[in-house]
Amino acid sequence: MVRRRRWLQGAAGACAGIGAVGAPAVHARTELRGDVAAAHALNRLGYGPRPGDISAVGADARGWIEQQLQPPSQPLPASLASRLRDAEIAAQDPVASMRELSLRIQQNQAAASAASAAPQPPGPDNPVAAYVRQHQIPAAESRLLRALESPRQLEEAMVDFWFNHFNVFQGKNLMRVIVGHYEHFAIRPYAMGRFRDLLVATAHHPAMLYYLDNWQSVGARPGGGPRGLNENYARELMELHTLGVDGGYTQQDVTELARMLTGWTIIPLRLAGPRLDAPESAPGTPGGPADAMPGYWFNDRVHDRGEKRWLGRVVRPQGRAEGEQALEQLARHPATARHVSRKLVQYFVADEPDAALVDRLARVFLAEDGQIVPVLRALFESDAFWAPQHRGAKFKTPYHYALSALRACGATLPGRPAVLGLSGSLAAQGMPLYGCATPDGWRNTESAWLNPDAMSKRIQFATQLAGRAGPGGDADTLLGQLGPLVTPATRTLAVESSADRTLASALVLAGPGMMRR
Amino acid sequence: MTPSYPTRRALLQAAALTGLGSIGLARAQGRPRGDARLVVVLLRGAMDGLSLVVPHADPAYAEARPTIAIPRPGEADGALPLDDHYGLHPAFAAMQPYWTSGRLAFVHASGSPDPTRSHFDAQDYLESATPGRKSTADGWLNRLAAEIAGPGARPEAQRLLALNVGPTMPRILTGEAAVASLASGNAAVTPGALDDPATAAAFARLYAGDDRLSLAVREAAATRRDIMGNLASDDPSADRGALSLVGLARDTARLGALMQRDARIRLAFVPVGGWDTHANQGAAKGQLANRFRLLAEALDALAAGLGDQLARTSILVMSEFGRTLRQNGTGGTDHGHGNVAFVLGGGVRGGRVLGAWPGLDRSALYEGRDLAVTTDFRDIIGDVLERGFRLRDAALADVLPGMPARRPVGLYA
Repeated sequence: MVRRRRWLQGAAGACAGIGAVGAPAVHARTELRGDVAAAHALNRLGYGPRPGDISAVGADARGWIEQQLQPPSQPLPASLASRLRDAEIAAQDPVASMRELSLRIQQNQAAASAASAAPQPPGPDNPVAAYVRQHQIPAAESRLLRALESPRQLEEAMVDFWFNHFNVFQGKNLMRVIVGHYEHFAIRPYAMGRFRDLLVATAHHPAMLYYLDNWQSVGARPGGGPRGLNENYARELMELHTLGVDGGYTQQDVTELARMLTGWTIIPLRLAGPRLDAPESAPGTPGGPADAMPGYWFNDRVHDRGEKRWLGRVVRPQGRAEGEQALEQLARHPATARHVSRKLVQYFVADEPDAALVDRLARVFLAEDGQIVPVLRALFESDAFWAPQHRGAKFKTPYHYALSALRACGATLPGRPAVLGLSGSLAAQGMPLYGCATPDGWRNTESAWLNPDAMSKRIQFATQLAGRAGPGGDADTLLGQLGPLVTPATRTLAVESSADRTLASALVLAGPGMMRR
Repeated sequence: MTPSYPTRRALLQAAALTGLGSIGLARAQGRPRGDARLVVVLLRGAMDGLSLVVPHADPAYAEARPTIAIPRPGEADGALPLDDHYGLHPAFAAMQPYWTSGRLAFVHASGSPDPTRSHFDAQDYLESATPGRKSTADGWLNRLAAEIAGPGARPEAQRLLALNVGPTMPRILTGEAAVASLASGNAAVTPGALDDPATAAAFARLYAGDDRLSLAVREAAATRRDIMGNLASDDPSADRGALSLVGLARDTARLGALMQRDARIRLAFVPVGGWDTHANQGAAKGQLANRFRLLAEALDALAAGLGDQLARTSILVMSEFGRTLRQNGTGGTDHGHGNVAFVLGGGVRGGRVLGAWPGLDRSALYEGRDLAVTTDFRDIIGDVLERGFRLRDAALADVLPGMPARRPVGLYA
């Protein structure tokens, strides 16, 4: 049994480095049973318990959380690492991938019109579909296998969190073949690192440049052609990625930032076009300098060379450096600290974030220069995180629900059909992987996801899973493993229904204790 | 500090609980008309209304859009004629018969008094109907549902009163009134776990309480029975493949058929994404034209499904704001301000483009770049509520709290 007071005393030591920052926690005098603390931590920091997790973590929930804050201390098991195709993703050149996809689409259409028939239908032999699959499957495996089996659960939660924060949509034209690269280069290496690196990496990645149109945005030139400014990225960069919509910027600031970012583009997809002094793309290294994304190109010729006035200061013409400095400034802005902290509290604590906790995290964010781990540590040590009214109160998103049900059964995803099956289930529940079309990413609130259709689909998912999960999905096993995540009524009903094994286990997997985290 | 708006509904509920004759009180306030219905179609992402209802008589229009303006009526790929000033995007042809027969009315230069150009804030305000006020807890369509159900309505009396199409519950339907949901695509009619009686019975026992999860599960089971009963034989999914391009029309055809057969459904919400055309939006043909064609076909399918109920059903189509008058440097348009909204059916006096046209001269533009707003979107909703649902005064103020003095748009005049 872990006593909450002891947990907090231990936490106070870990907190010492930021002692001047956080208000001293008002220690609740309640005690938390070990399995309850474990279930809460496993549900919130990750995707819920796998068999054995609750008893293992219950012995020392604080120690487990500290391990989660230091992912390198948790090596991936060989059974997982051997199935990941990270090297394959790392070797991709996103611009070359887009170019090849574009070429195959053209060839497909040309072949179709030559035969005066419809384009080849999607199928295993279609060269476009094959090329897309070749990129999508390793990306989905990288995300889903890790979320299911990685011991670094918090890292996986943060990959999900940051991908949503810096959302891109694979359905936009050629992006289907680069979202995996984006996650691997711009999100994952920095998910437990510094906010500044995430911001810089996403800003330079071809996926973001393409998704929010900045790659096409060029400065106005005297007598210049019809091409010009596109303010899409500049606006979302401030509204969604950094300052927040109430962060104190104006339409003028949006336009000026868009001007500063003109010339931030992608190495041309068509090399055979007019001569362009673009560099060749070189494969990068995930986790290298955040401003060195493969495929990024600053095209000085289309950069707006005029003076700008942005966020109350004059910006002298400096080419690419204008944008780089803007990112540095935004990354360290107090409004950014509040905006990011608020989103973290909503993700990890409650749909309606507690203002005092948001303020405290924002101060840690600024004091630690945007290092994520100290902010998270302060969050997990807060009273609000452990408060009884918040435990088990977050309604799971479809993504969280599906993964937690699979983990509860000890499931793995053996082979492509299983990975594609889970992807299909997520899409059917309204939350396709890499499929949020708008730049604000998926919401994680109860008001967004709790509705009759959602419950019906979860019961559907649980029933199918129960029918094929094997011994790990037996109701008896689940009742033994899930502890506080099974309500007494669920337990009684599951036992009464034991004649129908599938139904009994579906009741546990789709019971009230599994719907929230 | 944000002002707290009148809570007549709360008072009525309190009155009902204390047995103080809520029915008489409600009658005095004017109960909503018994057969009016409303489908709200929200075009998320800021639909370019200057391409949909084209102000071709305004010379600034074509000047500002050298490669994406829709040609005048009569020219090649030109707009369909509406009146002397406006034309309709040619890809919206499926809606032209409704215009001709007087069942389709547009309101141009309409929108929110709030200046935001954030999609998310603007949609939030449009759905809460409280521009500039983020703390409003519920959506206006949910408040209307509560108004129709009446104070202290039993859950079974509210069954299927309001229907959401799609997997996520939108802001506009968030609130205390119960909302059913209709799945999008084939999932709406594919047999599932809850169609098995033993499974349904067991989950009904598991979720027998009054908590939100239980209410949702019971609602799911009941909706399922009703929908399957009404759609089993001639659902459009039965004879069409799962092509994504016809997905919207399939969903709206299904919604129309359901509403035609089940009089309990009074309100429905259909979100349609994909309007954020920052780049290469095209003109008479192209990306935006393809969207318009799909939307027109989907609205036509909805109207066809409604059949004789179209006369009682107002289909209100809105978007969170318009787009810049001038095309941007990438053949698209950026976030703007005023936009066009429209109402199909419901007894609207159509064949008219309503709303004062502010003009497109630089001096007339909002912040020198966007179509100005001359009609508050809440006045469009207000017309539907007053003339369609016969809501009066206090009831109107419950659905549209804190709005300035009503300025009727004349949609049903």
